[in-house]
Amino acid sequence: MNKTFTLKNVFVEGTASVVGPSEGAGPLGDLFDVILPDDIYGESSFEKAERKMLLESLSLCLKKYNYRPEDFDLILAGDLLNQLISANFAVRDLNIPFAGVFGACSTFNLSIGLGSLLVEAGYVDRVIAGACSHHQTAERTFRFPTELGVQRKATATWTMSGAGSVILSRQGLVKVKEITFGRVVDYGLKDTNNLGAVMAPAAFDTLKRHLQNLGKKPEDYDLIATGDLGSVGQIMLKHLLGDASLDAGNLTDCGLLVYASTQDKHAGASGCAASACVFSSYFYPLLCQGQLKNVLLLATGALFAQITAQQKDSIPAVAHAIAFEKVE
Amino acid sequence: MNFLLAFLFGGTICALGQIVLDKSKLTQADLMVILVVLGSLISTFGFYEPLTRIFGAGAMAPVSNFGHILTQGVIQGFNRAGFLGALEGGLSQAAAVLGAAIVFGFGIGFLFRPKG
Amino acid sequence: MRERESPQSKRYVRLVEKEQPKVSLKSNLANAFLIGGGICVFGEIIRTYLLYYGLSNDLASVWMSIALVFFGSLLTGLGIYDEIGRIGGAGSAIPITGFANSIVAPAMEYRSEGAILGLAARMFIIAGPVVAYGLISATVFGLIRSVFR
Repeated sequence: MNKTFTLKNVFVEGTASVVGPSEGAGPLGDLFDVILPDDIYGESSFEKAERKMLLESLSLCLKKYNYRPEDFDLILAGDLLNQLISANFAVRDLNIPFAGVFGACSTFNLSIGLGSLLVEAGYVDRVIAGACSHHQTAERTFRFPTELGVQRKATATWTMSGAGSVILSRQGLVKVKEITFGRVVDYGLKDTNNLGAVMAPAAFDTLKRHLQNLGKKPEDYDLIATGDLGSVGQIMLKHLLGDASLDAGNLTDCGLLVYASTQDKHAGASGCAASACVFSSYFYPLLCQGQLKNVLLLATGALFAQITAQQKDSIPAVAHAIAFEKVE
Repeated sequence: MNFLLAFLFGGTICALGQIVLDKSKLTQADLMVILVVLGSLISTFGFYEPLTRIFGAGAMAPVSNFGHILTQGVIQGFNRAGFLGALEGGLSQAAAVLGAAIVFGFGIGFLFRPKG
Repeated sequence: MRERESPQSKRYVRLVEKEQPKVSLKSNLANAFLIGGGICVFGEIIRTYLLYYGLSNDLASVWMSIALVFFGSLLTGLGIYDEIGRIGGAGSAIPITGFANSIVAPAMEYRSEGAILGLAARMFIIAGPVVAYGLISATVFGLIRSVFR
């Protein structure tokens, strides 16, 4: 029950990432594969631009590593929009079987987790796992029109534009070692402008179970990277870890790495793309080069829709943990 | 002097509105609705008209003025033609501004693309 | 017991409230005051100009409102008004320019869903309630006042 899966034979073979212009202007800007010149990317709507980013990151997985579509058994991908339109529409030109995955902003880890189990079980040889988000489409889906003169709350995160994909197979430099899927946790918070605080208990719950199941301590990882808790969520997670006497020294947050403090994005980046792009273009290369030995990626998601928020329901959250390790 | 009065009064309303935004969970849409209703209420007691005379645009530019115009339209309409006049009066007074907002809104919405 | 009703989660909710980043109310207030007041002064300049050219008080006020609506719409179209709003908060929402912004912003945003059910239908997501409640309260208060004079 509540098991942590320990895998022997699954590796990240390669990664690809695409980000929007303001993410490209951030501190990690040089590392991403493609930076869009503008948010609309030559399309007629932001929704089309978002799916084009995902398609581009998926295609890059083929192009960068010289694969053809028939080399892949499955794509697992998702996004934040209703009916997963970005992922569903993006894959229609790829000719690879597809399973849509939704975990809100934790989608990237959910895709990797499910894909890795399929590879480990031997049902598939090579899969792509990916996720994407886009600032303007997320604002439309969850908040107000972007041109409305709304003052953002200090606790609010900024949904980033980007898409990240990884190839999972039986060869590679970085091993997918441990997977703990999250319970859906709801502490009764309702503030959609403070999703970091909403998701922190989910991150804590999954992290605690992951460590307990394996008999490990936080220090056993070079880095524990949450997905998009942002500055406020990180403070809350540190409180929870402190109460459980767990060390938070190697804690970081993908969302806090994306923007410079001068970019006025308040509590940091959020969205599926936060963990997807930061892992694909920052952690993965560091693992390959051996600068990091292992990383625990703890992607978090707030599982609400505009309708539940308008009906004043509390916000459930989830976090999925995946440990990556450099192969010796 | 007129400019200073307009600045001080308009600024004060906005600052009070900001306190509401920062200290409560209300959104800007809630705030606008509240102000329109408040403007209408103040106008009912006949206090809004003096405000516009003293503070000029300071009282005319905030959306509360919209509530004032609607209310005066209803009152004048009733005096002119009873209940039917009251129902006509509100919108007929505000028609010019509302019409402008819709026409400009449509035109600009058609011509410009959101930048984010 | 459901987790969201447990003492542990209640404690957490209190902790979240305690850890809310302090918004600097002072600078927010100052910005709202300056930007809101500034828009009113701009309106007053237009009004003075119109009065100078011999318009009646009532007409000058109507034309001033129309001019403010025009500038609010145009600045929204140019992508400037949301930047003003980010700083000004209530100061940019309360003047009639903010009302124009609330019409133009969704109109631009939903244009991609078509001219009728996209642009035109969504224009009123915020302005609609403002007009509706304004008219309802005006009718109710106005009638009460007219009848019980």
